[in-house]
Amino acid sequence: MKIALGPLLYYWPRQSTLAFYADMADAPVDVVYLGETVCSRRHELRLPDWLEVAEILTAAGKEVVLSSQVLVESESDLKTLRRIVSNGNFRVEANDMGAVRLLSSGDAPARNWIAGPTLNIFNPTTLDLFADLGATRWVAPPEMSRAQIAALRDGLGHDMEVEIFAHGRLPLAYSARCFTARHYNLQKDTCEFRCLEFADGIPLKTREGAPFLTLNGIQTQSAQVHTLLGDLPAVCAEGVDLLRVSPQGAHTPEILQLFRQALDGLIPPADALHEALPLLPAEPCNGFWHGRPGVEQRVPS
Amino acid sequence: MTSPRPIELVCPAGSLPALKTAIDHGADCVYLGFKDATNARNFSGLNFDDKAMAEGVRYAHDRGRKVLLTLNTYPQTDNWQRWTGAVDRAAAFGIDAVILADPGLMAYARKAHPGLRLHLSVQGSATSYDAINFYHEHFGISRAVLPRVLSLAQVEQVIANTPVEIEVFGFGGLCVMVEGRCALSAYATGESPNCDGACSPGKHVRWEQTPKGMETRLNGILIDRFADGERAGYPTLCKGRFEVNDETYYAIEEPTSLNTLELLPELARIGVRAIKIEGRQRSPAYVSQVTQVWRAAIDRVLAGPAEPFRVEPAWMAELNKVSEGQSHTLGAYYRPWK
Repeated sequence: MKIALGPLLYYWPRQSTLAFYADMADAPVDVVYLGETVCSRRHELRLPDWLEVAEILTAAGKEVVLSSQVLVESESDLKTLRRIVSNGNFRVEANDMGAVRLLSSGDAPARNWIAGPTLNIFNPTTLDLFADLGATRWVAPPEMSRAQIAALRDGLGHDMEVEIFAHGRLPLAYSARCFTARHYNLQKDTCEFRCLEFADGIPLKTREGAPFLTLNGIQTQSAQVHTLLGDLPAVCAEGVDLLRVSPQGAHTPEILQLFRQALDGLIPPADALHEALPLLPAEPCNGFWHGRPGVEQRVPS
Repeated sequence: MTSPRPIELVCPAGSLPALKTAIDHGADCVYLGFKDATNARNFSGLNFDDKAMAEGVRYAHDRGRKVLLTLNTYPQTDNWQRWTGAVDRAAAFGIDAVILADPGLMAYARKAHPGLRLHLSVQGSATSYDAINFYHEHFGISRAVLPRVLSLAQVEQVIANTPVEIEVFGFGGLCVMVEGRCALSAYATGESPNCDGACSPGKHVRWEQTPKGMETRLNGILIDRFADGERAGYPTLCKGRFEVNDETYYAIEEPTSLNTLELLPELARIGVRAIKIEGRQRSPAYVSQVTQVWRAAIDRVLAGPAEPFRVEPAWMAELNKVSEGQSHTLGAYYRPWK
């Protein structure tokens, strides 16, 4: 079982971002997804910077993947997408169908790209179709349950690596509107890059003070931290190939360490979850894996 | 100056009476769904059984109008046959086009019913011409419905770079999230637009009068609280009031409707081929009012320069009456909205 570090969903200052990835060179992680997937206005690191980080991590023995932006709106978004697809060196995670088109057509279609979690692939017929177009790894939509993932895999006609979202605040929704800018009564075009102030996004609570969601620019996340640390025996039993850990504002290396140790049998998963709790920015949840509302925390089975 | 190209008016039909009302008041097309999770308005009391479907298709075709069938949720492994069965039934009923989101289902439809016209649903989240052309090259889609995220200039750019007809939302309840890319309802209730065809489903809703006011909850989560005299809206979870940094407000979106009536001449000029009216869950009275106004407005635009377009105050008044929260917005077409 490999551990993958998902793309950084937040907007951190340049030096923090570079320091974070420098730490990843020594962290127990096998695959690192890089790039800006949320907002095209974020530019602390531009593509050449990401490629430099990619070189460093590759030299440290990590498999590097470049992730494409989820919501593509403008011609300049498409230009960035084309540069990512034609980088010539690193595999690409396609996060919208425009990326799939660019990866799978042209003179030299890529034969080993990653079908990202926002492509909405929910059944084997559809995933087989993407396999024919060159996808060799599928990241399941976070809302899929254990039973749905298992059924899809059993019905698949191709060899395909399966990756699931195993840790982090759930990326639940994307919008043309920026909710961080809205909070500050700013327009998106002149947002003053307020996202830089929130390493874990901005908490949103109900009117009775219960944590509910997290505002992260145009993305809305769960308030609760989805984590399958306690569910690892079941995850392993389903033959999942990669576990995605989403970067959080602090303690990501420790979280990765706990996943590695639990997977290697060095600590029981229940203990790993217990040790992780004080490292999380909020309460845990795992409902989606159990076929329940995502917000729920179920006792691992 | 040449006259604008024809624009089709595509109206919602949640029931046979709504379908007939839409046709009677000038809809070029109606869109509807079967009574199950194969479409994104899977609400009890809505949609068409076989008998109503046969009658609805006959009613529309007798009057030279089209019927589009929404099959725009994503099938799972264990229910795949229900979706392919729905495609087969659509073909058998003589439906004019099916509106799909799942690529596997498109491949099925193309193979099993090569003559069946395919539209890409808004749930497909295709926001660029590259994304739309992907579906065109692989499945031969004829039309794509754009998510409500692009500016007018961006829509124009899409149209200029694809052979696929473009349909946009003109009026109705506004999803502030990119359609097909929202799992908020799944997170709160376990049921999502993508997989179950429902957002903030009624069976999870609770209305409760408390000393603090009328509270609306979704699966126990407080979505909003209304003071006496405030009009308590349905707890669609992105349209509640929440606390962010000790400030309580509509953090995601107000209860409001999209209304692009004033943009109609521009939409025609850039080559939009169809205007979609949201609201299969709304009453025949809503369908009647909205269809009449949009028919009149589209006819005015199609009349060309002889009759310059202007938004009649009466049109806006009629539309505001049936708008969510009695207010409207241009949504993403208006940059400050973002």
